[in-house]
Amino acid sequence: MYRRTFTQLAAAAVALAAGAGMSLAQDTIRMGAAAPQTGPLAGGATVTHWPAVRLWVHQTNEAGGLQVGDRRMTIELVEYDDQTNPQQAIQAAQRLATQDQVDFMVAPYSTGMNLAAAPIFAQLGYPMITGTAVTDQQPALAQQFPNMFFVLGRTSIMAEDTAHVLVGMRDRGEIGNRVALVNVADAFGIEMAGISRGVLESNGFEIVYESSYPLGTQDLAPVIDGAKAANPDAFIAWSYPGDTFALTDQAIVQNFAPHVFFTAVATAFPGYAARFGDQIEGVMGMGGVNADDPAFQAFAEAHMEFAGQAPDYWASAATYATLEILGQAIEATGSIDRATVLAYLQDRSHEYSTILGPVNFNENNDNERYWTVGQWQGGVFRGIAARGRDGAVAAELFDGWN
Amino acid sequence: MFILITGLLLGGTYALIALGLNLQYGVARIMNLANGEMLVAGGFAAFWLYTAGQINPVAALIVIAPVAFVVNWLVYRFMLQPLVKRAKSRGALEVDSILATFGMSFAFVGIMTWAFGGGYFNYAFLAQPLEMFGSSYAQNRVVAFVLAVVIGGALWLWLTYSRVGLNLRAVAVNPASASLVGVDVRRASALAFALGGAVTATGGALVSMFFTLDASVGVLFTMKALIIIIMGGVGDIRGTIVAAVILGIAETAVARLVDPGLTLAAAYLLFLLVLLFKPAGLFGKARG
Amino acid sequence: MSGTDWRNLAISAALLGLAALLPVYGSPYWLTMGTTMAMFVVLATSWALFSGPTHYISLATAAFFGIGTFVTGLGFQSLPFWVLPPLAAIIGAVLAALVGLVTLRLSGVYFVIFTLGLAEMVRQVVTWVQNQTGHRGMYVLTSITEREIYWMLVGLGALVFLAGWLIGRSRLGFALRIIGNDETVAKHAGIDTALAKVALFMVPGAVAAATGAILAPRYIYIEPATAFAPLLSFQVVIMALLGGTGRLWGPIAGVIPFSLLWEAITRQAPNQTLLLLGIAFLVIVYLLPGGFVGLWDRFRRRFGGRS
Repeated sequence: MYRRTFTQLAAAAVALAAGAGMSLAQDTIRMGAAAPQTGPLAGGATVTHWPAVRLWVHQTNEAGGLQVGDRRMTIELVEYDDQTNPQQAIQAAQRLATQDQVDFMVAPYSTGMNLAAAPIFAQLGYPMITGTAVTDQQPALAQQFPNMFFVLGRTSIMAEDTAHVLVGMRDRGEIGNRVALVNVADAFGIEMAGISRGVLESNGFEIVYESSYPLGTQDLAPVIDGAKAANPDAFIAWSYPGDTFALTDQAIVQNFAPHVFFTAVATAFPGYAARFGDQIEGVMGMGGVNADDPAFQAFAEAHMEFAGQAPDYWASAATYATLEILGQAIEATGSIDRATVLAYLQDRSHEYSTILGPVNFNENNDNERYWTVGQWQGGVFRGIAARGRDGAVAAELFDGWN
Repeated sequence: MFILITGLLLGGTYALIALGLNLQYGVARIMNLANGEMLVAGGFAAFWLYTAGQINPVAALIVIAPVAFVVNWLVYRFMLQPLVKRAKSRGALEVDSILATFGMSFAFVGIMTWAFGGGYFNYAFLAQPLEMFGSSYAQNRVVAFVLAVVIGGALWLWLTYSRVGLNLRAVAVNPASASLVGVDVRRASALAFALGGAVTATGGALVSMFFTLDASVGVLFTMKALIIIIMGGVGDIRGTIVAAVILGIAETAVARLVDPGLTLAAAYLLFLLVLLFKPAGLFGKARG
Repeated sequence: MSGTDWRNLAISAALLGLAALLPVYGSPYWLTMGTTMAMFVVLATSWALFSGPTHYISLATAAFFGIGTFVTGLGFQSLPFWVLPPLAAIIGAVLAALVGLVTLRLSGVYFVIFTLGLAEMVRQVVTWVQNQTGHRGMYVLTSITEREIYWMLVGLGALVFLAGWLIGRSRLGFALRIIGNDETVAKHAGIDTALAKVALFMVPGAVAAATGAILAPRYIYIEPATAFAPLLSFQVVIMALLGGTGRLWGPIAGVIPFSLLWEAITRQAPNQTLLLLGIAFLVIVYLLPGGFVGLWDRFRRRFGGRS
């Protein structure tokens, strides 16, 4: 058993190595992608990550490939399922690099998997442009992994902006001072709740209900009941997909309709609109895009046609943009040599034109222009707060579950 | 009152999740780690029938339950019976069934991912409020609770008063002695396993009305179900129902009165305490 | 020590040397594979030290592993790294003793699910405490390389094997084998069964915690959902059982072929990995009753080797 498996493995490795050699001659760029197809985060990756990655490859090849020097090179995508498991994410990155010998790699999906795979990317000199890692440790991470670039933005800023949206509405006299704040009890929820609490309290808001619930909980009637009993003007939930749906569902059932209803991840998913229809008019969520930007609209249309589903109004576009950036760096250097491309990316003076708008990186490899808060308005999830981006629309009061 | 009713509704949900596994483990002695995947498959079927055919999930049970029964019977007959035959002792069967059903759970997740994709799925069915005692509850949860009561009650009556039910209980207590008194242990086990699978898929169809599911989420249900049946006592339908309701009410009470962040911690603490003081579960009889 | 012992010792030392030198002769790819395998070898072997003789199936590995990663996550900035795995091991052993004292009177499946519930409860409590203290995500950014992690795991593995060998020769090991065969007989023979079991339960607890502490720098980002993932407990059980728990080297014979098979399937069918993995699993269970140890024993019987 052992020996046979081993020989098979070795044979496969040889075959693949030979294939890699051939593909170079055929003018293709091998790209590797490992992200969840199964496991706890598969649901999110299936909405946000995979369609965007495959769409970019498809469109690039349709257009004849990338212009690398005087050659046109098409993209060949090698995919692996990391099973939402850091061990597998590490192994997959290593396998892509050393066995499949891919020229470039797509960054994994989610903060945890990105950071687990980061040392492999760094050791082997692969640029790592991530569209789904949100963290506050950019300075420390950029120092440890100078090849890592962040497109989606900082968590702390998003939590701050969410609080500032409330402050603005209060200052305009649209809402009162009472806020209910809940979060999913994992690093993301805890951190976001902590930051938004700080901003709200220092601006004179009163937190009238505050609680967390365990990861994966979908029985949230008690949370909504508790929040409703506190009679808040605004409800902020730092939630993940399953609980975003469950919280909204329960709020509708118990007719809990404060003037601001905010849920975090998955509020921008097309599935959210599909599930609740026009009831969610006025619901706020994390992220957002400039929905009126023709570049985004073209992307959404192509996404729909290619994957049979709409993109989410946040990280789908960011994931797609990471590949646009990589592609532009490759074309600009006219090389598929990783060190050359990485050096180009690390030169902060370069700017990339993406469906998010222009993107460049600061000294922490951080994109400083991104959307922070969005709101469902007229069936579209529109950005209502952003850093460095134009096109934000005014926040509207939530006027109940129609 | 809100706590009591919400807790009861949640308890009903838990009973739906765990009843099937109790039959499979209690009678057929298969610790089925693929139970959660069967539940998700039931949910997928309900989702698909609802969105593609506009068939309401409760009516869809007429199709889902028999199909699940047949599928589970085939699974038992062709995949698990060889293990039962070759097992020399109960311990050996336990090890083999853990290994085999763990593999099956992987395979089921793979099949569902391949067939339906890995994304989230949910739909709105009876997601309207029902007013009771001054609070509102989701209609779909109430419907699921009523059906949980019906299914649990019917199973209990059937096991207690019918001839076949008596056979099943005899096998649950002691397969060797059961075969001495003329019970066809193999048939009874296959029946219990298939029935358990049908109940699980039914539960899946019902919880899909209010849970957001995806192909990989089954393991969470498996763990919940294991905890509940062990807490209630293996092989006893009443125990499972009582344990489910206790957990449902305790979790809701902790969530509403103490802190929602501690609901699961409280549930597991309760489970650990029950086992410490009643090592064979609430309704379990000590076995040698 | 008899001649066989010397021979086994020599073989073990040679294999250990071969394993320890992997970073020297192997490619980075094999080092990454090797690190994962070393982790499972350590976890599965220590698991089998307790579960093999007693037939108690513990699903608490994830709890101890998670605690270990948190020890590193909380302590790596204030303490030198080499202190952390032993510290985690001590915490793990103490917790295991506490758990053992209250739970080992449960038998069979009740113990199995109890340990599962325990792991989940620990995770929930840790998460809740984090939430109360407004704790941010934990980043273990160190200069520790994969090679060093691998060597630490191999060293830990050597310790586990040494412990296993010593226990096998000691009164404790003898007592445990009797308990596994018939607890009543053991009690009548004057063995303090509870004490023996608790003492042995501390081994996998300490080892899993130390493993978690060693691996934390590899994960970099520590969150309860991945540190306490229940899948780990199941994987360890599965790999140990596939190998066979009757021999000290049984789990290793499960981990290595299974990891290679996993890798081969992942490569050949990246989009149907889990499906094929499940099927491969079923095939192994049906064709290899008693795991790889069982296969080896039958092979030896057929060809008349010494046993």
